[in-house]
Amino acid sequence: MEATLSSDHPFSDHPSSDNAPLLELNDLRVGFDTPDGEVQAVRGIRLALHARETLAVVGESGSGKSQTMMAAMGLLAKNGRASGSVRYRGREILGLKAAALNEVRGAKIGMIFQEPMTSLDPLYTIGNQIAEPLTRHLRLSGRAARQRAVELLTLVGIPDPARRLEAYPHELSGGQRQRVMIAMALAAEPDVLIADEPTTALDVTVQAQIIDLLRTLQQRFGMGIVFITHDLGLARHFADRVAVMRHGLVVEEGPASEVLTTPKAEYTRMLLAAEPTGTKAPPPADAPIVLEARRLNVTFRIGGGLLAGPPLVIHAVNNVSVTLREGQTIGIVGESGSGKSTLGRALIRLIEAQGDIRLFGEPANALDTQSLRALRRQVQIVFQDPFGSLSPRMTVGEIITEGLRVHAPHLDRRARERLAVQALEDVSLDPGLRNRYPHEFSGGQRQRIAIARAVILKPRVLVLDEPTSALDRSVQKDIVELLRRLQGEHGLSYLFISHDLSVVRALSDWIMVMRAGQVVEAGPTDEVFRAPAAAYTRELIAAAFGLSDTPVAPAAPDLPRGVALG
Amino acid sequence: MARYVLRRLLTAIPTLFLIVTLSFFLLRVAPGGPFSQEHGLSPEVKANLERVYQLDAPLWRQYLNYLVGLLHGDFGPSYNLPDFTVADLFRVGLPVSMQLGASALVLALIIGSILGILAALRQNRGVDYGVVALATAGSTIPTFVIAPLYQLVFALTLAWVPVAGWGGGALVNKIGPVLTLALPQIAIVARLMRGAMIEALRANHIRTARALGLSSFSVVVKHALRGAVLPIISYAGPAAAALLTGSVVVETVFAIPGVGRYFVDAALNRDYTLVMGTVVVIAVFVIVFNLLVDLAYALVDPRVRYE
Repeated sequence: MEATLSSDHPFSDHPSSDNAPLLELNDLRVGFDTPDGEVQAVRGIRLALHARETLAVVGESGSGKSQTMMAAMGLLAKNGRASGSVRYRGREILGLKAAALNEVRGAKIGMIFQEPMTSLDPLYTIGNQIAEPLTRHLRLSGRAARQRAVELLTLVGIPDPARRLEAYPHELSGGQRQRVMIAMALAAEPDVLIADEPTTALDVTVQAQIIDLLRTLQQRFGMGIVFITHDLGLARHFADRVAVMRHGLVVEEGPASEVLTTPKAEYTRMLLAAEPTGTKAPPPADAPIVLEARRLNVTFRIGGGLLAGPPLVIHAVNNVSVTLREGQTIGIVGESGSGKSTLGRALIRLIEAQGDIRLFGEPANALDTQSLRALRRQVQIVFQDPFGSLSPRMTVGEIITEGLRVHAPHLDRRARERLAVQALEDVSLDPGLRNRYPHEFSGGQRQRIAIARAVILKPRVLVLDEPTSALDRSVQKDIVELLRRLQGEHGLSYLFISHDLSVVRALSDWIMVMRAGQVVEAGPTDEVFRAPAAAYTRELIAAAFGLSDTPVAPAAPDLPRGVALG
Repeated sequence: MARYVLRRLLTAIPTLFLIVTLSFFLLRVAPGGPFSQEHGLSPEVKANLERVYQLDAPLWRQYLNYLVGLLHGDFGPSYNLPDFTVADLFRVGLPVSMQLGASALVLALIIGSILGILAALRQNRGVDYGVVALATAGSTIPTFVIAPLYQLVFALTLAWVPVAGWGGGALVNKIGPVLTLALPQIAIVARLMRGAMIEALRANHIRTARALGLSSFSVVVKHALRGAVLPIISYAGPAAAALLTGSVVVETVFAIPGVGRYFVDAALNRDYTLVMGTVVVIAVFVIVFNLLVDLAYALVDPRVRYE
């Protein structure tokens, strides 16, 4: 996207001059009619995107960053209304009727979304779906569209593209589906690409590949890219300019190098400072062992039966050993499907596993339900999803004290209340809110409730399964601080499961890197990060912390110029 | 796929056997018999009749006889309509019921789907409220109210159509029964389609299709509708089995010589063979249409595959 391309970029013959913006938003406002009245999501913003430029729109959830672009594309939900101006090459497109809007949408402005798993129609083949914008906007015949679809799939790095045309979305991985989405969005050769959190749902190594692909394509075709993200690291590595949004307003805008290094706005500074910091010292070498597992194995059987033949056996956890000492935090990292969550659940016997598990020195796999229940009080778990893991029909007080009814049945109502107040204070929530229901709380507050539910039982071991992954960075930081404080106050041991290396680095003193059910590397946190031994660990770290240093995706082959689009 | 169909048809055999066996013995548990209601029947005559129909044989013997007959396509004689075999009755009545049922089904699927789609596209606006009101009315007003109302208005007052009768299958005779059968089905299909379409239009891939600038027609028909027909297909299978085997109320009110009436009449009269025949016919319809539903599913949704 540097000046090297300006001489032969494919849109230089367009009538508009280089200085005129491709996309211009002026005083854009978006509101939603809700039963509680109108909610203002975007409150008058001004943005401009030029050719060959990447503009990152950064903000936390609820900042209005996505709705801004949804409004520009005429994709607002039915109760949404937009006003102001959205101009593409000087032409007003806000409020156009669908037929007129469709001359720009998909043709001149392409868009990709956050959810690669659901953004493709499951009922049609990849080839059919890529051909649609081609036949519609470029008026290609079926045969020519098919030919072009093969070229597009090659361009986005899908191997064996001619055969892949016949594949259905469910036959592709998340990363491949996002590549197909990019191919569809670029099919009609748009000069603006809006990417709404395109890599958030993907593993870090795949994320790095997708970012590299977008960068390569941009360099070839000179598109302007609007990159919507919550991830400041990504914005720093990928964008030329950054606009920081909060509560529907742009609080700061400027070159990425300035905004993200010497921010002017207080909010930007806060966002930047929200990246988790600090380290954790290991426990004393003679600290007692609280949880130990030797050669743990978990297998799942899928399908099978009298007529269907033998089942498919998946080895989710393969010969994994863990030793957790009092006061220790072990970070278990890995990408989706690595078996890290399965391991966490197997260790506290939420799912059955083969191998030796010892909890506080007692063999846990031989225990009957009764004795296991007594042990469970001391081993609690916090789940990833703060929205799904709290019962919507119970008050916060009931949720928190439910465990006490099982594990401390002798306590009366008042005693339970007292403990609930204490637990809420422990996690820095106002105890006066304990008679409210979960839906009245934010994601971060709910995660605090989930933690309070665990710590009220005075456990010694806490399994934290991606407790911060669904939260905004600034909220994440608070939860990290909270976990740190609780560990100090109560001498807790943590098993911290996460795909987020920066959080793991800040919280744990020991790290296990998992891939395909096996531990590929384990060791003290600082050693693993300083000198990763396994190639996979190096790949993970590079993808998470050094996007700019990774080479251009090898999966996107160099095409002869004649095949290329644009 | 062919192997799958074959396997399904083969597993239908034990299912049918089970149904036949269960119904056979359940029927015999019910008090009374085919000839116990006819007054003035002397014991000798009754015994004679029972001997003729082999009803005096031990139960297991009767059961085996029935099974052997069934295997040869022989459903036995009707006890209460002594001039006809059960097979004769179905040969004459089933085509009539099937004609009416199939017409009603097709009508319901077309009209119901269109109404449902319109309502979904205009959610929470006039058209939508109208369809929802119609659907509610259609499924709450019973057939035995609609049918006489139809006769009162269109036959007696306006004299456009005959009040009742089959008329050798003339079109004017069919309008009433078909409409009466179809109306509740239209209501159900419209409601199902509305819900499915609203759901489908919310999907992320619909947002993708809109972002690609595809025409509204393509977005609605190609991308939303295909997914939305799945619940309709699920419903249409059992509904077809029920409609094609006739309706007691409609056939009685309109004096239609179909098979719908046999089920109730035969059960009340303990006409064992006719009840058994009805059970077998309905079971076969249900099995066949459920298979068709599953095959249609695989046709619409590529994620469904049968080996």
